[in-house]
Amino acid sequence: MSDCIDLSAPEPVFQEPWHAQVFALTVSLNEGGRFSWADWVARFSQTLRRNGLSRELDGGADYFDAWLETLEAILAEAGNASPQEVALVRRDWEEAYLSTPHGDPVHLAG
Amino acid sequence: MPHDHSDHPHAVLPSDPALRVKALETILTRKGLIDPAALDEIIDTYQNKIGPQNGARVVARAWADPDFKAALLADADPVLAELGYYGRQGEHMVVVENTAQQHNMVVCTLCSCYPWPLLGIPPGWYKSDAYRARAVREPRKVLADFGVTLPSETAVRVWDSTAEVRYLVLPMRPEGSDGLDADALAALVSRDSMIGTALASKPLGGGDPS
Repeated sequence: MSDCIDLSAPEPVFQEPWHAQVFALTVSLNEGGRFSWADWVARFSQTLRRNGLSRELDGGADYFDAWLETLEAILAEAGNASPQEVALVRRDWEEAYLSTPHGDPVHLAG
Repeated sequence: MPHDHSDHPHAVLPSDPALRVKALETILTRKGLIDPAALDEIIDTYQNKIGPQNGARVVARAWADPDFKAALLADADPVLAELGYYGRQGEHMVVVENTAQQHNMVVCTLCSCYPWPLLGIPPGWYKSDAYRARAVREPRKVLADFGVTLPSETAVRVWDSTAEVRYLVLPMRPEGSDGLDADALAALVSRDSMIGTALASKPLGGGDPS
């Protein structure tokens, strides 16, 4: 396990568009009163701790992987988005990408 | 995985987590739990409007205005709210002042709580296990990694952020910065100096050459 703090890592605000999306989703749900920020932090830190037991987290992609995992769990428990629903809509998006010509905007059918 | 051939017959498939996020967004939008326009606004705010320049403005003003500084250190929330910097998550902001006797450093051992309105989104290293564990255990060694060596008589105090309380370090005003205007002072204040892993920069050209 490395104890190095990597200061040279490139630092855009969000490394990938989906990091920004999942961050904004969470902030928006919090501001809409779906959960308190204290609850979010408690759940998110549990996920980080659990994931960090098996490997050293670098604060990059694995951080937002843990973020997404936490949000999915909260929404599933609240009945807002079950794993089955997420899997179905995820598949719809995948099919939409695979059937949209390169360069065209991708939309869900129906 | 690199996947950027230009002869693709179809749109490039996003990564698995990206598709899961799109799925969540679609489901929550259909249920009326979120508004996609609000998401765009949040992203724009954190990507383009909020960042360490906000905190630097506050620090520069505290250096120049003793009354402002006293109010900021006593109870930061109302002072910052007046400047338009308030926590959207309802958190309280606490400003801790570096002195010759005490250097302050901020961490979040739980996850990555951070003064978003003043500094924006935290850098990767702030969120890493290494920083979160070592900042508390061996802050002087961490400071050395950042190239900061403090006099032995300066104590290091580490502040652990929570969902409710976020800390901002007020760095010491550097020598040779007398007479600089607010913008020039703010330019000396880096993000890391407000987390406590750096000192404020000395002004270029002017001041004490030592």
